[in-house]
Amino acid sequence: MGDLVSISSNLLYASFIIYLIATFFFGGTIRDKQKGRSRVAGKIGIGITIVGFLSQVGYFITRWMASGHAPVSNLFEYTTFFGMMLVFAFIILYFIYRLDFLGLFALPVALLLIAFASMFPTELSPLVPSLKSHWLYIHVTTASLGQGILSVSFVAGLIFLIRQVDQTKRSKHTSWLEFVLYVIVATVAFIILSSTFSALNYEATFEAPVNGQQGEVTYELPALVGPAGGELTTEGVMAPLFSAPGWMEGQDAAKKLNTFLWSIVGGLVLYGLLRLILRKRLAASIQPLLKRVNPELVDEVAYRSVAIGFPVFTLGALIFAMIWAQQAWDRFWGWDPKEVWALITFFFYAAYLHLRLSRGWQGMKSAWLAVGGFGIIMFNLIVVNLVISGLHSYA
Amino acid sequence: MKESTFKKKRKRLFFRTFMLLFMAGLVAFAIISSLNEEDAVIAKGEKAPNFQLNKFGTDEPVTLRSLEGKGVMLNFWATYCEPCKDEMPYMEEMYAEYKDKGVEILAINLDSTNIVVERFLDDYGITFPILRDKKGQVMDLYQIGPIPTSIFISPEGEIVEQVKGELTLNKLEGYLQQITPE
Amino acid sequence: MKQMKCECGHVNPTGTVLCEECGKPIEGNQHIDGNDRQELLNMRYDGSARRSQTYNRTVVDKIWNFFSSVKVGVWLIVITVIASGIGTIFPQEMYIPSNVDPAIHYRDEFGILGQIYYQLGFHNLFSSWWYMLLLAMIGISIVIASIDRFFPLYKVLKKQKPKRHEAFMKKQRVFGKTENAQIDVERFKSNLKKQRFKVTEQDGHILAEKNRFSRWGPYVNHIGLIIFLIGALLRFVPAFYIDEFVWVREGETTVIPGTDSQYYIENLDFILETYDQNDERFQEAIQNSGGLVPKNFQTDAIIYERSEEALPGAESELQVVKEDSARMNHPIKFGEFALYQSSYQLNEFDEMTFKIHDAGDEDTNYGEFTVDLNDPQTEYQLEGGYRVVIEDYFPEYELSDGVPSSISKYPKNPAFVFNVYPPDASEPETSFLGIGSNIPANENNEYKLGLVNFDVRDVTGLSVKKDHTLGIISLGGAIFMIGVIQGMYWNHRRIWLQPKKDGVWIAGHTNKNWFALRREIEKAVDGTNIEEPVDQYEMKS
Repeated sequence: MGDLVSISSNLLYASFIIYLIATFFFGGTIRDKQKGRSRVAGKIGIGITIVGFLSQVGYFITRWMASGHAPVSNLFEYTTFFGMMLVFAFIILYFIYRLDFLGLFALPVALLLIAFASMFPTELSPLVPSLKSHWLYIHVTTASLGQGILSVSFVAGLIFLIRQVDQTKRSKHTSWLEFVLYVIVATVAFIILSSTFSALNYEATFEAPVNGQQGEVTYELPALVGPAGGELTTEGVMAPLFSAPGWMEGQDAAKKLNTFLWSIVGGLVLYGLLRLILRKRLAASIQPLLKRVNPELVDEVAYRSVAIGFPVFTLGALIFAMIWAQQAWDRFWGWDPKEVWALITFFFYAAYLHLRLSRGWQGMKSAWLAVGGFGIIMFNLIVVNLVISGLHSYA
Repeated sequence: MKESTFKKKRKRLFFRTFMLLFMAGLVAFAIISSLNEEDAVIAKGEKAPNFQLNKFGTDEPVTLRSLEGKGVMLNFWATYCEPCKDEMPYMEEMYAEYKDKGVEILAINLDSTNIVVERFLDDYGITFPILRDKKGQVMDLYQIGPIPTSIFISPEGEIVEQVKGELTLNKLEGYLQQITPE
Repeated sequence: MKQMKCECGHVNPTGTVLCEECGKPIEGNQHIDGNDRQELLNMRYDGSARRSQTYNRTVVDKIWNFFSSVKVGVWLIVITVIASGIGTIFPQEMYIPSNVDPAIHYRDEFGILGQIYYQLGFHNLFSSWWYMLLLAMIGISIVIASIDRFFPLYKVLKKQKPKRHEAFMKKQRVFGKTENAQIDVERFKSNLKKQRFKVTEQDGHILAEKNRFSRWGPYVNHIGLIIFLIGALLRFVPAFYIDEFVWVREGETTVIPGTDSQYYIENLDFILETYDQNDERFQEAIQNSGGLVPKNFQTDAIIYERSEEALPGAESELQVVKEDSARMNHPIKFGEFALYQSSYQLNEFDEMTFKIHDAGDEDTNYGEFTVDLNDPQTEYQLEGGYRVVIEDYFPEYELSDGVPSSISKYPKNPAFVFNVYPPDASEPETSFLGIGSNIPANENNEYKLGLVNFDVRDVTGLSVKKDHTLGIISLGGAIFMIGVIQGMYWNHRRIWLQPKKDGVWIAGHTNKNWFALRREIEKAVDGTNIEEPVDQYEMKS
């Protein structure tokens, strides 16, 4: 058993590296002025991507064999799978449109997702009775594939915005675009900070009231904010700068707030450094690279991925979910936060399609909607699981 | 030409009005049902469903139908319910008076052990018939929620009143008068 | 807005934007689809006369047009999305503990914001009348918008002719002129047919069309949604939908609520299994979660059916319907009902065994007796000549206002008043016995009762469901999926060719995926001497 688990995690590690290499090849296609050479680079890029994808499929299968159930049952497993589906969706759309720069943006997003996933507990976890159903695999995999395809629309939308937003003067568009890029940078900061401190085995333990009883809270990052009424018991570590407000008394509420603050601060530092080096807006620095990109085509890719992804998402996240919920909890719909956010996602993309088809929202407006849709998907994945709890809250 | 346009418009107006009214009806139905969902009880004016239960401590069956012609009060109660116990003496008092006027009181007990009921009846000196609904069938039949709940049935077998919660002596007498045969 | 006879001879209904047969833009109506402000024609509904854009006189028309608007529909969606999002900030009432007062719970758990949330009614958002009204309005908007758009679109696509007006051709997004006398029209046609286009001709004008059915996708999926909503609506009708709950103790037989006393259930055994803490695979995760991870909840049960004739309440013969186990994801199904494992209580008292001993010496034993807590006898005759009478029994004991009483019929906290008659005495010794208390009525009591042993049993909580709406709801879901796929995975494409004196004009239209359309045209013109048309659309940034 132990062997399978280590094979599995090595395969995941390998696929991460391979995606990274593929990203560089896709990067090579952009700068290269000679068409022939860039075409070769693109072909190598997609080839390597497929190898990485297969390696990740290998991770999935071996982990399934090790645990006896499809590895989509906790936050680490699900987010990793989501990354994998994003790569899969990218491969599909690559073969429809053959756009190399799509890989240059899609793969980093997938890389971020996989890295982000590994910040959560990665051990095999047993299945509670309600999850023991074939519908677990069917529902979760389809929903995730749908989200993966919809995420490609975000990637395309982002490319469109970076290409099209006028960077010569400051505007709402430039500010929001910088904000989106900042969020991405903050995610990178979170990953760097978490993995650095976990490599250092950093721990700071507090005695604090948890849900009315005295309990222990262990931080894996230095405490900027301590639990309300908590007392630091580990010696030789940084004392918290201030305490969380009293109403944050859930199990790890203060700890999550602390991690969140670190990500914001880390993101600001990283973003500030980038701005100092580049001496202009991040989007403005990327823009010249995308000169050769045809905006109409990118817009169509964004729309096409919604057109493909929306039915898949509906099937997986709503219809299959209802069938399963009917079996497990005797009601097909229970207004659980995760369900509500899946419905919100559905409504959002339904509105996207209506605005586009019926009211002619194309280009810029459509691209912003695609970015917003991805925001909702990530909100459902992260905030609903970690902050708003419900039947689905893993980990 | 004009005539046909006019006709078309009339037809369209009729169709639109019909569709809008129909859909508004469905929506009203949904909203009203959702607001009323909680008190889904057996309705006033309906025929009281028949049942058969044994008298407490005996094998003697009593059916509701056999009491037709008499006014019947059903009282769902249990020993662990304080308000139920409080209204028992009133019923005992009224029973003595209304028994001869053709009103029967059936107190349907929902306890699970005999001993608690026995001890209670001894303590309170109850003389009107106590029925046992050990499996909760009659309770389910009459869709009884919280107890005590009393149901007053006319001599014709129709439900005249359903009262949730404790009865006062005055109210009890008022209801019993309503179901007294002429 | 005039009803007009087009120069091609076709009489169009009032409000038509593009002639149904030849596509000529009809003067005076171009503002309806916004064509007057653009270079290209708005082809969304092929310029058909949508009624909602035409009649606006009576109140009924005004309401109708309100719901027909996509703008209104999108706003309804936006409001629903925002409300739903707010509804997830704090848990809904159904997810908070049921034994607390919601008003206090929201205030204590979530502070002032929680209190506001509660007072505004967000704690019950999804069953509030206004949320239902929002969903219903979306439903109405779907019906009306679809009726308003489907019929005109269907008619215009049916009536269209290959021969198009020049203005129509020029104002298509994909358009090209070729001046060349050597044009191979036959090859063009066969190229199109190879790509599965349906080709029709009129006086040398060609219309190639494929996948028109994809245009009906939105209307099909809207029908699915409406069926789905109607299914959800029928849940308010008891004949279609029953949702009850029943607690059953091990060994007990009880009526299944909601079945008109027709079905009974006997709980043979309730099983709760947890994962082995030493399981190598999951060890770490189990430890992290505090040691106990449930693996299975299961009720082994027998379902009985009452013989038809008996009255409710009467002891009647029960016939076994089936013996089955209810587990998570595996309900017991019988007749039109299903029983779902949904809750449990472990270790409720079942039996207690007592012994009589000397008040001063616990090791003595003058006899034992066992009380079945669900049906205690009044008297127990012990072997040594001792007699015990149960003077009072409180299944779930509680002291209220100084008076001992029971708050339920279930032996969750049993307590007794025992009278012990020693063999030689006529006067009993009275004592009170409960969990954690053993109080003699008289300090001079010689004997004491002690608990020797007890038995417990589990209680299973099953929900009882009858749901005839599932079929309708599934049908709605299936039709919705068919409609969405039909509309999203196929594209309606048309290519027109017009012969000119010294060449041809071609134009193309698709409802989406212009990139793919251009590739198809590229293949169609291959070897025909027709020049590839250009995309006249310019993206505004």
